[in-house]
Amino acid sequence: MKLMEYQGKDLFRRVGIPTPNGVFATTADDVKAFIREHPGSWVLKSQVMMGGRGKAGGIKFADDAQQGETLARELIGKVLKSVQNPDGEEVKSLLVEEKVDIASEAYVSIAIDRTAKQPVVLVTAQGGMDVEEVAEHDPDAIKKYWIDPARGYSPFIGRRLAFDAKLPEGFRKAFPAVLGALYTLFMDYGANLVEINPLVLTKDGRVIASDAKVDLDDNGLYKHPDVAAWNSESPADEDQAAAVAIGLGMSNYAKLDGTIGVIANGAGLGMGTMDAIRNAGGEAANFLDIGGGAQADLVKKSYDLVTSDPKVKAMFINIFGGITRGDQVARGIVEALKGGDVREVPLVVRLTGTNAEEGRRILDEAGFVPVETMDEGAARAVALAAGSK
Amino acid sequence: MAIFLDKNSKVIVQGITGREGAFHTQRMLAYGTNIVGGVTPGKGGTTIESGQPVFNTVKDAVDGTGATHSIIFVPPFAGADALWEAHDAGIALAVCITEGIPAHDMLRVVATTSGMRIIGGNCPGLISPGKSLVGIMPGHIFKEGNVGMISRSGTLTYEIVDGLTRAGFGQSTCVGIGGDPIIGTTFVDCLRAFASDPETTALVVAGEIGGSDEEDAAAFIKEHIADKPVVAFIGGRSAPKGKRLGHAGAIISGNTGTPESKVKAFGEAGVPVADRPSDIPRLLAERLKPVPA
Repeated sequence: MKLMEYQGKDLFRRVGIPTPNGVFATTADDVKAFIREHPGSWVLKSQVMMGGRGKAGGIKFADDAQQGETLARELIGKVLKSVQNPDGEEVKSLLVEEKVDIASEAYVSIAIDRTAKQPVVLVTAQGGMDVEEVAEHDPDAIKKYWIDPARGYSPFIGRRLAFDAKLPEGFRKAFPAVLGALYTLFMDYGANLVEINPLVLTKDGRVIASDAKVDLDDNGLYKHPDVAAWNSESPADEDQAAAVAIGLGMSNYAKLDGTIGVIANGAGLGMGTMDAIRNAGGEAANFLDIGGGAQADLVKKSYDLVTSDPKVKAMFINIFGGITRGDQVARGIVEALKGGDVREVPLVVRLTGTNAEEGRRILDEAGFVPVETMDEGAARAVALAAGSK
Repeated sequence: MAIFLDKNSKVIVQGITGREGAFHTQRMLAYGTNIVGGVTPGKGGTTIESGQPVFNTVKDAVDGTGATHSIIFVPPFAGADALWEAHDAGIALAVCITEGIPAHDMLRVVATTSGMRIIGGNCPGLISPGKSLVGIMPGHIFKEGNVGMISRSGTLTYEIVDGLTRAGFGQSTCVGIGGDPIIGTTFVDCLRAFASDPETTALVVAGEIGGSDEEDAAAFIKEHIADKPVVAFIGGRSAPKGKRLGHAGAIISGNTGTPESKVKAFGEAGVPVADRPSDIPRLLAERLKPVPA
């Protein structure tokens, strides 16, 4: 679950990472009222997930309440477009923050290193720009440290990284505590990534997180119900919301660009099915893993979800029975289609494994033609999609 | 010989009276797995219908049965605790079927359970065909033989194994390592074990997008496996960037985890990458041809 900047900063404050003073606002009136009460220069930052928001015009500066209100009206509802996100993203809220006088900008992040099976810290004195760009042009400027989760964080790690990355002297006193707090957040909230870019040293000597990028592991969200609720308040990922709504796992459904709907049991088989469709000359319209032991009801809901995409011109259901029983799946498919309230598309069903014979018989009786292999099924689905309107 | 698991391995089931645990216990027993007991807190002193004793703790189960292997069927929030309990009781190999264990729990577990091999989480388990099954795989599609098989997936493994068996390629051991970002046993760990297993004469590595486990596997093969032909497969080659596809670990983020990088790495190690699972038996047969029978 990726968090918006204002949500990330909420977590920062919980663990004691300093953030700029400010307020979260969803209306221009809120912005106006806030600046009237707190006169001064304020930054209006559009709350969007996409990168490149500054260049896209999503950040504005206001010196008084009137200007703040006008700019907020411009921003809220505006669709920002950037190189990273050509489709654009609508601004629904703003973060109003103090304008800080920047003396220096650093970068710090913690991510999971899957190979080392440890959290890895990245620090560079070249903050405020894309870290991948720094990695390309000046890789030695990025210093890394792998933290052993059995021992955890200790301040020497922050001290060493600050020296090694040549952070300006003003950072040195605060940095070990900031990194320690960031590690606490990373482990306690279960983050795939926490990134502060830039971590700002102000002219008056404060060290503050000017931006916040936080991506939380969906599997750990149950530990923090209040944070998990942010997702349902504003579902950042429509696919995830759709999957959860029908009782699938959060990452078991992803909408793609092709014309052939896919339902498979198992993530690996789902990916394999997408690949088989491409090998047969088509493109999958989605990824959908109905998981093990799928019941008729879930098959129907999955079918409805996939066919709700108007691009879908044929459906390929690929079931290799391990735990999932073929007869149950077959009944689910028949039930999904006999209701009359479904969008009918040409349907290819590949069924094998446990109780597959009975499953094929059920499908036969219902008027479907099951196929034997994944390759055959993909080829049939691609042909049917090309032939249908 | 096989790896990690043979006919005599004594296995306990953590969560033996739960729905999944009970169901798969019977399947494993039917396959011939030497299941010596199980654990369900509060049900110690009883036996399950097929006669195996139930213990309150893993320690009691190990003391009472001499078990070395454990298979874990517990909810995600209890996954780390179950693994620590197994480690504490001296279990040598734990297969963790549970899907959805937080990655940070696994970071802590992996860092604190040295001496115990963990397979998974989020995996279908482990099978040495004809000998023992410690997992949820459908045993009937496997056949005893000499191909070592490693995979990140469940059903895709079955798809590939089914093709191998139909083509006459039996398997020595098949390890489903799991689809999560942090897993106990990686491709390289399995390859290292297969490299010194005389019964394994060829290998199939079924990876997928995300992470760099496949690249590490390719590098290991290049360095250490000269005498056993390897065929690879990468699932999700048609996947777009940034979409997480079912497995928590199956995501291309930035330039990491791309299929291109994995195909290239295997290519550099002289390992052919099958375009489709159905091509794997043919590629394997081609690679085995020059070797006199």
